[in-house]
Amino acid sequence: MTRLTVPKTYKLYIGGKFPRSESGRTYEIATRAGGFLANAAKASRKDARDAVVAARSAVSGWSSATGYNRGQVLYRVAELLEGRRAQFVDELVQSEDLSSRQAEAAVDLAVDRWVWYAGWADKYAQALGNGNPVAGPYFNISVPEPTGVVAIVAPQSGEGHSLVGLVSAIAPALVAGNTVVVLASESAPLTAISLSEVLATSDVPGGVVNVLTGSPAEMAPWLASHADVNALDLVGAGALDWVALQVAAAETLKRVLTPEDGSDAAAPSLQRISAFTELKTVWHTKGLL
Amino acid sequence: MTIDTGAGSRATSPAGAARALDLLDGPVTDTTLRRYLEGIPGVDAVGLEQRAGGLGTRSIKTTSKAWALDRIIELVDLTTLEGADTPGKVRSLVAKALNPDPSDATCPRVAAVCVYGDLVGTAVEALGASHAPRARAAGHGPGIAVAAVATAFPSGRASLAIKLADVADAVAAGADEIDMVIDRGAFLSGRYSQVFDEIVAVKDACRRPDGDDAHLKVILEVGELSTYDAVRRASWLSILAGADFIKTSTGKVPRAASLPMTLLMLEVVRDWYQMTGEQVGVKPAGGIRTSKDAIKYLVTVAETAGEEWLQPHLFRFGASSLLNDVLLQRQKISTGHYSGADYVTID
Repeated sequence: MTRLTVPKTYKLYIGGKFPRSESGRTYEIATRAGGFLANAAKASRKDARDAVVAARSAVSGWSSATGYNRGQVLYRVAELLEGRRAQFVDELVQSEDLSSRQAEAAVDLAVDRWVWYAGWADKYAQALGNGNPVAGPYFNISVPEPTGVVAIVAPQSGEGHSLVGLVSAIAPALVAGNTVVVLASESAPLTAISLSEVLATSDVPGGVVNVLTGSPAEMAPWLASHADVNALDLVGAGALDWVALQVAAAETLKRVLTPEDGSDAAAPSLQRISAFTELKTVWHTKGLL
Repeated sequence: MTIDTGAGSRATSPAGAARALDLLDGPVTDTTLRRYLEGIPGVDAVGLEQRAGGLGTRSIKTTSKAWALDRIIELVDLTTLEGADTPGKVRSLVAKALNPDPSDATCPRVAAVCVYGDLVGTAVEALGASHAPRARAAGHGPGIAVAAVATAFPSGRASLAIKLADVADAVAAGADEIDMVIDRGAFLSGRYSQVFDEIVAVKDACRRPDGDDAHLKVILEVGELSTYDAVRRASWLSILAGADFIKTSTGKVPRAASLPMTLLMLEVVRDWYQMTGEQVGVKPAGGIRTSKDAIKYLVTVAETAGEEWLQPHLFRFGASSLLNDVLLQRQKISTGHYSGADYVTID
């Protein structure tokens, strides 16, 4: 007797839940050879709006957690990623047509990067902040604070981009206490949804990461012009009209990172963390000695 | 101050008494009220909730939505009812009522501000020439009314004398509308005539020496009445006693306004209108926070009592955070992109 296959429904990840698109739309994900792989939700601008609301409400909790605590939570995500490596390898092989050796290497890289960024969570403030010299009986201290809600267009191409590129784009934004709305790879969104299942079962609060699958060309303009989004990472927007996105983002003074191409797109660096922080400088009187 | 429960004394409050005496078979006593109110058929709860659910699924788009958003603002009683209210807080509330969206001059004003009785004077002073009576006298449109909660809001647990003093105080300070709470304890233990008499007495206390009177909104506190049947009876009782408005809740207990409760009260108001030709207002309050929810209420009003009720003298929203959400939606429509909480005032 043949057994019916039970294919998985890939849905969105908004506010810690897995809703279908508000629009009811789905699109077919194909293997590189053109065969049917899965149906994924095709998010609309209203899903993007809902994701921003979820991200906004998660800012206060996530940004007020201590750096040490955020590091622990992010490290735990890396542990869970490691535990699901077989699933990620399988999805990379199917959706990006990698050999299993290439897929293994991509998962390794993704986990390593996640751990690398997790380590920064209680250290970036020391590296970016400063005690400033002033001529007077004051302490003058600069400390980095999170920018707020960061909208990200994840890398859309390159070997292993659907996992490595995604991780490289969202992890640095999370380190400083930002919350994220990410537009996953349009052609290979399955790993992004599996990553959100990892996030949902880790200690990352709901709403801190929101994953939308579908057309970045359709949703990115709404996020770029959204007044409640504080920063825009266009790392994977090279194929879009990203100058227009930058112009729209300028209306509400968003921080913008421009597209990157090639195999070292979104390479790990402290700059990706500092890009989504704001320096706060405070004066404080010295105690009388 | 004592209230004579004999029918004769009600000659002094003709509105309430007339309404009731026509309907009740005999003088207003617990017995006649119980006979009438408990003779009202029970509510079909499943049907009511289904009807309310159905009304909530309408899709309102573009021009209709823009109209609805403006109308919602015009129907809002902008409210602050916190123990921590200060004159400064009330003045900033009034500033917001006068100019809800400083970035858009076409934005309409709200219907009223709603405050505790001791802050009525502050609100009236802050409104200045825009206060409803002065604005009307000067021919500058309807202006903004000042509503005061009274009668030992929110619990209503005080003697009648104190409640009436509370009302008289607010009216003397210039309140145009009084939001009173009914004595839920008396209602639930079947002392209908006590509730009736209190409403009549408060209605009396709303009179001003100049012959004008403050509008009386009667708060049923549906969260404490619990059942649909009790809410329907309390609605009838309040209308019989002379309420100008019936209001769902104080906003101080967990179960505040809901669409089915409001639908139920609108049905009573519609029935009363069909019976007597008199129009009574409805005010859902508490828990209405999003434009989407508020639009569902507009649909319900239009479909139940009629579009005529979508006016400030017949329908109000008691809300504080609703206004900001409506302003964000207005900004989305006028600018074409989503707005954020940084672009409206904090209150």
